[in-house]
Amino acid sequence: MPLFLLGIIGKTKAAFAGRVGPPLLQPTFDVIKLLRKGLIFSRTTTWVFRAGPIVSLVTALFAATLIPLGTHAAPISFEGDLVLFAYLFGLGRFFTVAAALDTGSAFEGMGGAREVTFSCLTEPALFFALIVLTRLSGSLSLSMMIGPGMGQAWHFGGASLVLVAASLFIVLLTETCRIPIDDPTTHLELTMIHEVMVLDHGGPALGIIHYAAALKLFVLGAVLVRIAVPYTGSPWASWGVFALGMMALAVLIGIVESTMARLRMAQVPILLLAACLLSAFGIVLVAR
Amino acid sequence: MNEWLVMTGAFLAAASGVPGLWTDRRGTRGERIFAALMVVASLCGLTGAALAVARGSHGLDLAWPVPGGRFAIRLDGIAALFVIQIFAIAGLGAIYGLGYWKQSEHPRDGRKLRLFYGLMTAGMALLVCARNTMLFMAGWEIMAAAAFLTVSTQDEQKSVRDVGYVYMAATRLATLCLFALFAVLFASTGTFDFAATRPITGGAATAILLLSIVAFGLKAGLMPMHVWLPGAHASAPSHVSALMSGVLIKMGIYGFVRTFSFFPHPPLWWGQLVLLLGVASGVLGVAFAIGQHDFKRLLAYHSVENIGIICMGLGVALIGRTLGSSALVALGLGGALLHTWNHGLFKGLLFLSAGSVLHSTGTREIDELGGLSKRMPWTAFAFLVGAVAICGLPPLNGFVSELFVYLGLFETARLPQSDLWLTGALGAPALALIGALALACFVKAFGAMFLGEPRSHRTDASHEASPWLLGPMAILALLCAFIGLLPWLVTPVLDSAVATWAPELASSHARLTTLAPLSWVSFLAVSLAMLLAFAALMVRRHLHQRPAEQAGTWDCGYVAPGPTMQYSSSSFAQTLVGIFSWALRPKVHNPDTRGFFPHKDAYTSHVDDVVLDSVLIPAAELGSRAAKRMKWLQRGSMQAYLLYILLTLIVLFLWR
Repeated sequence: MPLFLLGIIGKTKAAFAGRVGPPLLQPTFDVIKLLRKGLIFSRTTTWVFRAGPIVSLVTALFAATLIPLGTHAAPISFEGDLVLFAYLFGLGRFFTVAAALDTGSAFEGMGGAREVTFSCLTEPALFFALIVLTRLSGSLSLSMMIGPGMGQAWHFGGASLVLVAASLFIVLLTETCRIPIDDPTTHLELTMIHEVMVLDHGGPALGIIHYAAALKLFVLGAVLVRIAVPYTGSPWASWGVFALGMMALAVLIGIVESTMARLRMAQVPILLLAACLLSAFGIVLVAR
Repeated sequence: MNEWLVMTGAFLAAASGVPGLWTDRRGTRGERIFAALMVVASLCGLTGAALAVARGSHGLDLAWPVPGGRFAIRLDGIAALFVIQIFAIAGLGAIYGLGYWKQSEHPRDGRKLRLFYGLMTAGMALLVCARNTMLFMAGWEIMAAAAFLTVSTQDEQKSVRDVGYVYMAATRLATLCLFALFAVLFASTGTFDFAATRPITGGAATAILLLSIVAFGLKAGLMPMHVWLPGAHASAPSHVSALMSGVLIKMGIYGFVRTFSFFPHPPLWWGQLVLLLGVASGVLGVAFAIGQHDFKRLLAYHSVENIGIICMGLGVALIGRTLGSSALVALGLGGALLHTWNHGLFKGLLFLSAGSVLHSTGTREIDELGGLSKRMPWTAFAFLVGAVAICGLPPLNGFVSELFVYLGLFETARLPQSDLWLTGALGAPALALIGALALACFVKAFGAMFLGEPRSHRTDASHEASPWLLGPMAILALLCAFIGLLPWLVTPVLDSAVATWAPELASSHARLTTLAPLSWVSFLAVSLAMLLAFAALMVRRHLHQRPAEQAGTWDCGYVAPGPTMQYSSSSFAQTLVGIFSWALRPKVHNPDTRGFFPHKDAYTSHVDDVVLDSVLIPAAELGSRAAKRMKWLQRGSMQAYLLYILLTLIVLFLWR
């Protein structure tokens, strides 16, 4: 499913450009092809470089186990799992950036610096959003916060949920390195973030990184879709609604990517600050 | 029994440097006696504190011929927690000193350093056990004076002397406020003992809060009273920095915890003020850290940040006590105290590994290093463990204590009072910001120091540290992992401290194991660690079957990439320093390279301490100019001073 979403984004972009586009499963094929290839390491690197992809995959997998899909509770859920959710991505980020710095390349250092800089602005936005959800649901567990009570929450705090959803969408675009913050299709420019950090990874390592990135998109997307589509019906129908919602999100990302240009680097912090302020306004609206 | 053990430990620590004074100037006997005595002292102290946690403490009360003073000692939950921290870090630091500050390499100042290192440890142990203000002051002053002398170990250097004077001024001011604080305490309770029964209310309570914020905030390094801290931590020998950053500044936190425990019903604004101070200290501390190029100064600013996180926890606990919520008290205070421990562990680890880098390369400049993980793999691993822990990332100990504080903050966000939950709810994003900034800073420091290619010839002669240095680092790293993986084993200590702090809430059975999802955290941390280890094994097998090719870094096809083209610590931090430039006031020299033939130039950026360099030093200069008018009073003759004393005494007698 995570790689399938990338396929949908690709199709959407192709449709906007008037092309047929690669098959929906093309990202999956790419990853399988990469996994079969041999590895090549720079002489500068150490074990930290090899650890980067593994840690980012393992942390994304752990984060995925905390996420409720539709009305179904997550496999692992407890009071306070939202903090773990955010910090798991932090651990992944630490090792991805450390792996980038391990190559000793100016380009990868640049990408790493941007990654950690922008995450300093997305993390507060995420926590502002989580507080709004805590306030509305009265729970500290993701499965309860965006679980069955979502319809009720829209009834009480619809306005702030709109703001939270908008803010989380910007967070999602940043964290998954999409236009207008980053451009996932190229890496040879001085302006890229994520793709430039993984320049020296190849073969299976690159395949793992692609899969982990897709998983991150899926996990963050699942939170956003659940907030935006608070359907509470029969379990089977909720699976369907959730899957449709995810596909709609992928199409939306594709549309954003096709219709917008990437922002200049200096303007990205302003956009992210806007995301923080949006969710902070969300708090103000539920502060009654 | 427990008290006697701890006091024996304190006495042995105080005496540990004395035999060395009579030993050979270049021999190893003195330093070995010192290390052995410090280890025995630590074991005594740790045993005593552990027994006190397990069986409780009856206290010790001896006569002491000081006006108002009694030798009253009691190892309650809070004191035991701090005693454990003091002796653990001090003992490990003493072993580290055997390899780091060898007598044969430092014949001039080695003996002085060891003498005052032991005295500082003893002073701290005394002050946390003291139940009497006079005894507390005695411990406090021994600690402060010994710390001044250890900071200025290399007093032949002017920069070290300057740093020492700044510390001296700060600690004098703290003591002055402490005198005022205890005077107010005496005036409102009528006793010099801590076990006061009379409630303190009104103006006296407010005065005590404000005085304690200055007195203990100065010691703890709370922004903006942190001015002495970056220089002192950077200039002191690294195991002293570890002891100061890991333990000494926590004496300020101990002071806060002890003082706040006198107030069963603090006003709401107390908690909010402490929380706000914590947020300011946390965010600005880490922002200043990002701008540093000296890795020991960088670590020092992170102490300011972590003190901020601890104060956020204290703020939550105070709010909880106002509301009578035992959950908030347990989470806030438990988080604050566990973070006090954790910070001692990972900051000790970071200072010790930074010290081994300094010992091996002779520079504190991050931008002169690089690629050290190949030459010093174990030091690099130790620094990495400390860095992951200080960023609060799972599965290490920093995550557990930050989780407690987060849970406390989110808990306030669930409260129905809307004015209240806002303060708590704005704290959580602030803590998230602090965490993200700390991550940026430590990725920068670890990457620039240990990864990539060497940036200068400083690293040519570097070598892995000796076992004396690596041993204490390994123990600290294991302790970081231990608390991260099995946090439920240390919560009984925290629960007993919480029960001591707020006895009126102790009956409500708010235990940290039930309030926080510790079994889940423990389970997930262990499985995360195991999965990572498993994945590492798989990669190893895969590489064994199909060896990877070796090549140069690709660098986008650039033909001749050089080590100076790597991202340096300043370039890595440039955007973040720019975002925080309103507070950091970085001094940037950005050369104009337009035109066809730009002349040779370099970009530099430097972040000074704004409070010290732009506010305090100009203010102090103004003050000293004004003080020159009073010069005629200072005649320099003994008779004149005796006359002043006599006149003052007469005035005092008349006034009474």
